[in-house]
Amino acid sequence: MTEAVPSYLSPTGQEIVFLLLGAVAVGSALLVVTTRQLVHAALWLVVCFGALAGGYLVLTAEFVAWVQVLIYVGAVVVLMLFGIMLTRAPIGPSEDLDSGNRLVAAVVAVATAALLVTVVIDGFRTAYTPLRPGKGAAKELGASVFATWVLPFEALSVLLLAALIGAIVLSRTDIPGGAPAQQTSGPSSGPPDATPFPGNPETIQPPAKPGTVQPPAQPEGTSPSDRTTGSTPPEQTGGH
Amino acid sequence: MHIVYPAVVSALLFSVGVYGVLARRNTILVLMSVELMLNAVNLNLVAFDVWLGDRLHSGQVLTLFVIVIAAAEVGLGLAIILALYRNRRTVDIDRLRDLAEPADAPRGVPSTLTAGGSQPPPSAPTDEGHDPGTPPPSQDRSLDQNQHQVLDQGHSVAVEKPVKRGGRR
Repeated sequence: MTEAVPSYLSPTGQEIVFLLLGAVAVGSALLVVTTRQLVHAALWLVVCFGALAGGYLVLTAEFVAWVQVLIYVGAVVVLMLFGIMLTRAPIGPSEDLDSGNRLVAAVVAVATAALLVTVVIDGFRTAYTPLRPGKGAAKELGASVFATWVLPFEALSVLLLAALIGAIVLSRTDIPGGAPAQQTSGPSSGPPDATPFPGNPETIQPPAKPGTVQPPAQPEGTSPSDRTTGSTPPEQTGGH
Repeated sequence: MHIVYPAVVSALLFSVGVYGVLARRNTILVLMSVELMLNAVNLNLVAFDVWLGDRLHSGQVLTLFVIVIAAAEVGLGLAIILALYRNRRTVDIDRLRDLAEPADAPRGVPSTLTAGGSQPPPSAPTDEGHDPGTPPPSQDRSLDQNQHQVLDQGHSVAVEKPVKRGGRR
């Protein structure tokens, strides 16, 4: 890395490809944060992550590139789409996706970009390395993970397990709370989707007088289905 | 390969993520912007690992770890957002102000006094919604929030303290 630095004016093919992929990534990232349609933001995120995976490939980090494709494009974006779907986001363009402090955010972002780009260009102007394939193959990386980085790897797997269990506990609605001061009609309402929305106007009144009889619980379960917004969440909350 | 290229790309990506976190209102879009920032960090890690030629591959291994942590973060974040949506019927960050300081609103003190002190925390964010210092909530939104707060109060009176626990049965 201390060799003579080639000129910036004659970029190699790798650099041209990387710059094109970087332009795609930054452009689609800009579309992610500026588009007015929620689903399109998730799809532009796919484009951005795919371009970044291509960038990793150019940088000879093959294993990281495929892990990026598998986890980010395959899992994270699908999870985001599920989240968009389950929070009942509007399909078409929605006007209120941006908050009111958009100008301030743009100023902060431009200032961050200017600062980072200036520092990076000033600090690493002479950094150059030739790219040799094979350094980031799965074999080398796997040997490194299971030789040197075994302890963080195991700790990370436990963390992932804990996060998974936490996500399941958070998103399930039929787990008994087990807390003090439970609602008295909790067990009597039986099905887990009887009182799913405390904030819902229709469900306000029935929990107020809970333990009377079962028939009041039945219109309570059906009254959210009269609303257009509250129809499916009971099935949805039980489904995942 | 000049290391400046990936470094500049990742700096731009990070700034775009910063803009998204600050400017977006939908919680899922904020999560997406956080993912953009994490990816910028990953690109930096890979580029500098290639530059330094580390025999332990610390940069790329750390990139894998960051990807795993990002996956865990997205899973947990979406679970939290879904629980929030079930309880509040909204994922709008601007309207989730229950943890805001009640003291910074100039009109907060009298209204909490008139509320009888029974429910000070829910009544304080209602004042936040009417606060003239926050332009983004329009009139109908603040009305909506007001109504929402009233509903929340009524419910929390009905079912004891743990609103969420009671509603989950």
